[in-house]
Amino acid sequence: MNIAENIIRPLGAWGLDVVRSMGHMFIFLSRTVYYTFAPPFKFSLLLKQIRFIGSKSMIVILLTGAFAGMVLALQLYYTLRKFGSEALLSPAIALSLIRELGPVLAALMITGRAGSAISAEIGIKRITEQIDALISMALNPFRYLIVPNFVASLIVFPLLAAIFDVVGIFGGYIVAVKLLGLSPGTYFSQIDVFVTMTDIRIGLYKSISFGLIVSWVCCYKGFYSGYGAEGVSRVTTQAVVLSSVLILVWDYFLGSVLL
Amino acid sequence: MIKINALRKSFGRQQVLRGVDLEINAGELIAVIGMSGGGKSVLLKHLIGLLKPDSGEILVDGRDIVNMSQDELDVIRNKVGVLFQGGALFDSMTVYENTAFPLAEKTKLSKEQIESKVADALEDVGLNGMGHKYPAEISGGMRKRVGLARALISEPSIVLFDEPTTGLDPITLNSIHRLIKTTQQKYGFTGIIISHEIPEIFDIADRVAVIHQGVIVQCGTADEVRNSTNPVVQQFISGGQTGPIMTIG
Repeated sequence: MNIAENIIRPLGAWGLDVVRSMGHMFIFLSRTVYYTFAPPFKFSLLLKQIRFIGSKSMIVILLTGAFAGMVLALQLYYTLRKFGSEALLSPAIALSLIRELGPVLAALMITGRAGSAISAEIGIKRITEQIDALISMALNPFRYLIVPNFVASLIVFPLLAAIFDVVGIFGGYIVAVKLLGLSPGTYFSQIDVFVTMTDIRIGLYKSISFGLIVSWVCCYKGFYSGYGAEGVSRVTTQAVVLSSVLILVWDYFLGSVLL
Repeated sequence: MIKINALRKSFGRQQVLRGVDLEINAGELIAVIGMSGGGKSVLLKHLIGLLKPDSGEILVDGRDIVNMSQDELDVIRNKVGVLFQGGALFDSMTVYENTAFPLAEKTKLSKEQIESKVADALEDVGLNGMGHKYPAEISGGMRKRVGLARALISEPSIVLFDEPTTGLDPITLNSIHRLIKTTQQKYGFTGIIISHEIPEIFDIADRVAVIHQGVIVQCGTADEVRNSTNPVVQQFISGGQTGPIMTIG
């Protein structure tokens, strides 16, 4: 009796709660996808969100991309030198960035900068009754608040990941060629030899799926935020943590399938 | 015009509405008053389908909105304007854009026609020349006036006011009340005001309904409510500390 009361029942309640939350999130996603393809489309809001998520994340992407490439060059050079394979430094940097680090790090950076802001903004619209105001005017809040973020993320994440990759490769070039003395010709020609379109496609698929995950989680959390400033701050934190965890978990599973 | 029958709503174990019955006639201004947490705002949210009741019915023009589809509900919502407690203005838009929003999104009016209507609406609420300001740049009273202009711009037949004067000073409070009354007389809408403002609300409402613990305990003209023998009503309108309503401390 005590085991049932103290362990099984709370565990069951927790399990049911998790299943209910997941179902709620999937219903939210299916509504988002439905309204993405159902006119009227709000192009001006989409452009605004592309600017907010994309252009305004550019400095963070440039900075982190450059330093990620530079760190990779240093660390890989140290390892490859032990095997006398320094010539493979540039493809190692490029493949690491294009297939893995570019999509993942860019997605994590955008989550921190734009995902949290999306979640907080929608949460504030919820607690200040702006979402209720839209509904009361017979206007669908998904069209105005969720779909523009969702579509903008699907467009912007792969673009920013691509910029991250390019900047990272040039960051690696600075370290490899200017600091470590590798030949500039070798650096780029080796990338050309080893990086294939499949690698680029894998990076593209990953970053699109990360865009979906981040916009879905951040919009969902904001849309169903609790009351008051505390409620908004809590869902913003949850949105960033959950998005980041899901990015890494999904990256592993997608990587296993696409490898 | 609006008939609410045996409306019940619970959140978890907390019963908020315990069988509300209320009839609101076309063209009248009715105030719903009651203690904080008594279910007033919850009742209001049911009238535009923001909340679904556990049981009961809400008839608008003879049609029950409780089990309506989204599209049917939107037809009803197009007849309703709402002034939310804090104004619920879109913070990324100016006063002009907020006021024009329902027309810009739901009608095919030209830019000039919208401009003219917004100018009239802002003049009605005494906010001429404020169209370029953002909600963060104006006072709480002004925000509520913009909310009122936005609620009225589509010329709705029903307007819901959710505590339109909460947090305002007495002078602004009276000016908002006067504004509600004059616009109601001008446009002839059916108005439902959720309020705590006693005795000021008695001056503008055609009828007053008192809600307590999720049921309407009294509904009548201002004089009928003032002279009610119901001890709950008497304690509420007098603000007494002794009586059937439990007070803090």
